[in-house]
Amino acid sequence: MREKKIVKDYTKQKMLVFGVLVGMVILIALFAPYLTSYDPYEQDLGNALLPPGKEHLLGTDRYGRDMLSRVMVGAQSTIFSALLLVVVITVMGSMIGIICGYHGGKLDVFLMRLSDIFLAFPGMVFAIAVASVMSGGIFNAVVALACISWPKYARITRSQVMAIKNMPYIEAAKLSGSGTLKIIRKHILPNIAGAIVVTAVLDIGTMIMEIAGLSFLGLGATPPTAEWGSMMSNGRSMLQTSPWVILAPGTAIFLTVMIFNLAGDTMRDILDPRQRKG
Amino acid sequence: MKNYIAKRLLQLLPILLGITLLSFLLMNTGAADAVDVMESNTGSVMTEDEKNILREELGLHRPLYQQYIVWLGNLLRGDMGESFVSGQPVFDTFLSKLPATIYLTITSILLTVFLSVPLGILSAVKQNKITDYLIRCLSFIGNSLPNFFVSLLLIYFFSLKLNLLPVMGNTAGWKSVILPTLTLALSMTSKYTRQVRATVLEELNKDYVLGARARGIEEKKILYFSVLRASMLTIVTLLALSIGSLLGGTAIVESIFMWDGVGKMAVDAITMRDYPVIQVYVIWMAIIYVCVNLFTDIFYHYLDPRIRLGKEEF
Repeated sequence: MREKKIVKDYTKQKMLVFGVLVGMVILIALFAPYLTSYDPYEQDLGNALLPPGKEHLLGTDRYGRDMLSRVMVGAQSTIFSALLLVVVITVMGSMIGIICGYHGGKLDVFLMRLSDIFLAFPGMVFAIAVASVMSGGIFNAVVALACISWPKYARITRSQVMAIKNMPYIEAAKLSGSGTLKIIRKHILPNIAGAIVVTAVLDIGTMIMEIAGLSFLGLGATPPTAEWGSMMSNGRSMLQTSPWVILAPGTAIFLTVMIFNLAGDTMRDILDPRQRKG
Repeated sequence: MKNYIAKRLLQLLPILLGITLLSFLLMNTGAADAVDVMESNTGSVMTEDEKNILREELGLHRPLYQQYIVWLGNLLRGDMGESFVSGQPVFDTFLSKLPATIYLTITSILLTVFLSVPLGILSAVKQNKITDYLIRCLSFIGNSLPNFFVSLLLIYFFSLKLNLLPVMGNTAGWKSVILPTLTLALSMTSKYTRQVRATVLEELNKDYVLGARARGIEEKKILYFSVLRASMLTIVTLLALSIGSLLGGTAIVESIFMWDGVGKMAVDAITMRDYPVIQVYVIWMAIIYVCVNLFTDIFYHYLDPRIRLGKEEF
């Protein structure tokens, strides 16, 4: 028999560190316009494509715009649209899930068949179609991704609601005269919130990548708006001569997604210890 | 088993109908007027009368549900209209580009299997040791890298700096498939290494493993003959289920590497607002995805002796 070491649990400390990091990323994005030393949109063709140096820490793009300023301001469009998207699909999906799970009946059958159809499209394919029909724009990219992402939340919520709706304490609440809304608000929501929040936080990173991906294809933010995906798309042709135009926004996406994923993973360990890995 | 297959096939029908209806509505109500797009694409100026005649030829004056029925009939006959740009039948174009995408999908799946299965098993066996932490750390990094960034990094290092591999296109034989395969396999490997690890760990914690250990059976034998065999079913299913999403997820990678598959076709069509091409892409990718998932499901049920030999309770 192998010896088993008792491993000290650092989950709480981890959550604190990652929480602070997430907070910092959001704060930087929020106050980006006041933190930048250059105007991210002002062209200065004399200083185009400067490599990273003292004046411009991350170099300049082909219009002489400071990359650091653009990456910081770009954080706003990328991160905030991802957050908006996650909030929208969480609220919409879990509302549909609660209605389906609690109410049941024909409405449930209809909404679940509808979600089957949305789930039948492989992820990005449908988002590409919706975004292209709505002709780009970062808001439309959010709508496109919301269309394909709500069924997941509806399903999770629905199964959670169905698992607890026949519990004795719900029956007791009914007997003591609580209305449907009160039961949902006081007894069901608090019990399922953990699972939904964990799913939502873990999705932020994915959504950042998908929004940036759609922008990369020209279906999200449109130039000159500073957005990480479209910045990378615009820099593609300069990959050989000035790789920093790609590296700066690319690394920004990578680090942000990683921070959100780490925070999400730790949060799952805290809120949902059953799923805890390793 | 037969009942199960029949039931699943029946369930497929409304979903297929839903896919076509949704795609039809998306392209015919949300999109700009088809005739206007044709006008701007061909560059010729049409009078309002000419446009109306064209609309009547295309059947656009009829009510929506009639248009859908006609369109669905054509779809079943493999006629999905012509491209606004090239004038070629879009279904034929789609079929001619599909092999390239399937080729890329297969190479990526194979590479993913060769990487993620051994890594996942190693990670599970060495649970909470340095090897495990290293593998988990790498898979975490791989999970946080968007594939368009990975593609550009690979192009930068292997094609531009080291000059080893072609930058783009699928004309340079086996060399041109390496970078797009690596890109796609990287994110999939990161995901599946974790899943393989979780599956193997779950099996390792079962009672029969404890029993085998108690009887003094070698750790290696337990791993190879019992644990792996039991976990393979889940692993194979997970991989097969990912084929569908991989088929759809190749769009960005294909267009970066100029890989001449259906994904690149769709991305090119977006810039030209070539709606029939986008439509054929969306519908057929969804149909392929649904069918692959269905076959995996049936196959999984067939492989599981509890279900194959047991009562048909579905």
